[in-house]
Amino acid sequence: MKPAVLTGEYYMTGDVACAEGALAAGCRFFGGYPITPATEVAEHMSARLPDVGGTFIQMEDEIAAMASILGASWAGQKSMTSTSGPGFSLMMENIGLGVCTETPCVVVNVQRAGPSTGLPTMGAQADMMQARWGSHGHYEIIALAPCSAQEIFYQTITAFNLSERYRTPVLIMTDEIIGHMSEKVVIPKADAITHVTRTKPKGRKDRFKLFAPDKNGVAPMPAAGDGYQIHVTGLTHDEKGYPVMTVDTQKEMMDRLTGKILNNRDDIIITEAHQLDDAEIVLVSYGISARTSLAAMHQARAMGMKVGLLRLITVWPFAEDQIRELADRVKGFVTVEINLGQIHLEVTRCAAGKAPCHLVGHAGGAIISPEQVIDVLKEKF
Amino acid sequence: MATASAAKAAHLPAPDHPLDDLVRTDRIPHIWCPGCGIGTAFSACLKALKASEIDLKKACMVSGIGCSGRAAGYVKLDSFHTTHGRAIPFATGLKLGNPDLNVIVFSGDGDLFAIGGNHFIHAARRNMDLTVVCVNNLNYGMTGGQAAATTPFGAKTTTTPVGNPDAPFNLPLMAWASGATYVARWTILHTRELTESIKKAILKNGFSFIEVLAPCPINYGRRNREKAMDTLKLYQDRTLIRNNADPSDLDIDFSSRVVLGEFVDTQRATCIENYDRTCRPQ
Repeated sequence: MKPAVLTGEYYMTGDVACAEGALAAGCRFFGGYPITPATEVAEHMSARLPDVGGTFIQMEDEIAAMASILGASWAGQKSMTSTSGPGFSLMMENIGLGVCTETPCVVVNVQRAGPSTGLPTMGAQADMMQARWGSHGHYEIIALAPCSAQEIFYQTITAFNLSERYRTPVLIMTDEIIGHMSEKVVIPKADAITHVTRTKPKGRKDRFKLFAPDKNGVAPMPAAGDGYQIHVTGLTHDEKGYPVMTVDTQKEMMDRLTGKILNNRDDIIITEAHQLDDAEIVLVSYGISARTSLAAMHQARAMGMKVGLLRLITVWPFAEDQIRELADRVKGFVTVEINLGQIHLEVTRCAAGKAPCHLVGHAGGAIISPEQVIDVLKEKF
Repeated sequence: MATASAAKAAHLPAPDHPLDDLVRTDRIPHIWCPGCGIGTAFSACLKALKASEIDLKKACMVSGIGCSGRAAGYVKLDSFHTTHGRAIPFATGLKLGNPDLNVIVFSGDGDLFAIGGNHFIHAARRNMDLTVVCVNNLNYGMTGGQAAATTPFGAKTTTTPVGNPDAPFNLPLMAWASGATYVARWTILHTRELTESIKKAILKNGFSFIEVLAPCPINYGRRNREKAMDTLKLYQDRTLIRNNADPSDLDIDFSSRVVLGEFVDTQRATCIENYDRTCRPQ
């Protein structure tokens, strides 16, 4: 066996950093399917997993890849898959199964420009609303958007920890640009990495209820083979996990599924504030576009404009409270993202007319330059 | 189970059914229609599980969607009722995640061979160590009797009101061609042979496939002038058991004869054995 945590300094791509982060987090199962620009995550996992006692399997399509990581999770493994737009679309139904059956797992979407086959080798951030609502029905989801190879490493660990703590699929929304960009990545010592592992049930097995929540709203989770004779279904189910086709059971289940995320927003939502204290204009951004925005913020400050940046690391659930609080005291928001307005809609909703909201968007295929942001700042403020 | 509730009503102690310990009795009555064959296939599966003497704590059942897919909801094992067509890839992850588990996929023909057909052939190709039991009732029963990938040519369903213009799959042929190491076909009338086959499959290291022909009198039968007893009569009169028959000779045609039996029983390295040997040599 080789070490799972390759402590040291490296020059690696975001995709490889993602795989290394997963291994460091304890991921020991990967079900994948090739797709540009996410293939390197699967390739790296295929080489590394057998060395650390894990299993890699290349499935026949992304539907199967997603199904396989749910199965592996119920076998007790921390499991992951990675994909890009078209594959993300195919995974949606089983992401919903993961949400409904409260199955911890991590899904990485290295975004490329769409719709359809789009620009396979060129980046975008246009799957953000699909991440939020792509599977049918109403649900809450956790999605993270790291902005560099180094942060992909750390946020992949965070993604696993959140998925284990809240028993839910967690999405990592990177993009082709940081996925394929080589940067310095420092991997810490193994004992410096925090691992969260799903709580195992205690007490009498015959009285165990698979979906009876603990204080944090999340139920302990046994693995198949632990002797609990669990039943797991995507049908609406009661706390025991049995299907019950009633309006009341639907409400109880939905309250639990949405509540465990919404009531723990303080723990889940991670943001980074840059010079917001005196800011009159707030840039809101995430992923690669947050780096554009940071450069634009410094340039604008040098020009005498009081600009700050709210960087969303957790995109879903959305940092509503922060936008609302800022809306009371700033002159306006500018959302910077490689799409034609997705998170911009959320910012607009939360600003609720108290401050004007503008978009620096892009149809996809290239990064946004700081100059494009400056131009909008000059024009609008 | 009906006996148990009748006894309860008469204030008598409910007699134990020999399979009660493998059934979630608190979920009975089940949803299957009168005359349906799934229950018989299901109980053969439970009997086979017992007869195999495997550690039932390590046995799992995975189902997809449909009438047969409800089996996972009644079996008292770790059981998973997944999405339509995806029982096999879910089971693949379960087995790879913990190779000590003995994983049975119990589902229907629509689930396993139309929407899930791709997963079936790939799991067989890999020789994933799974036991796949397919209850073939020739149509989509749960949704009211639509044409399936197994519906005979010319048969009437709600989506082929004047007769099915498509040809059906020969499932054992597909399983054999895809690399399955155990392939058998029975009807629900052949419960002993069926039970024995499922037991063999459970104990076998490798991808095993058992097709079970079962009547669907409510949705398939009544549109094709076939009452439940008529179907059973066909199972008796128009079948012949021919072990090791040529898989290409296994088309289902009840107007002449349908071949049952154990068609394939071979051995080759499983997916996990090959992975260990190739990817983590000692």
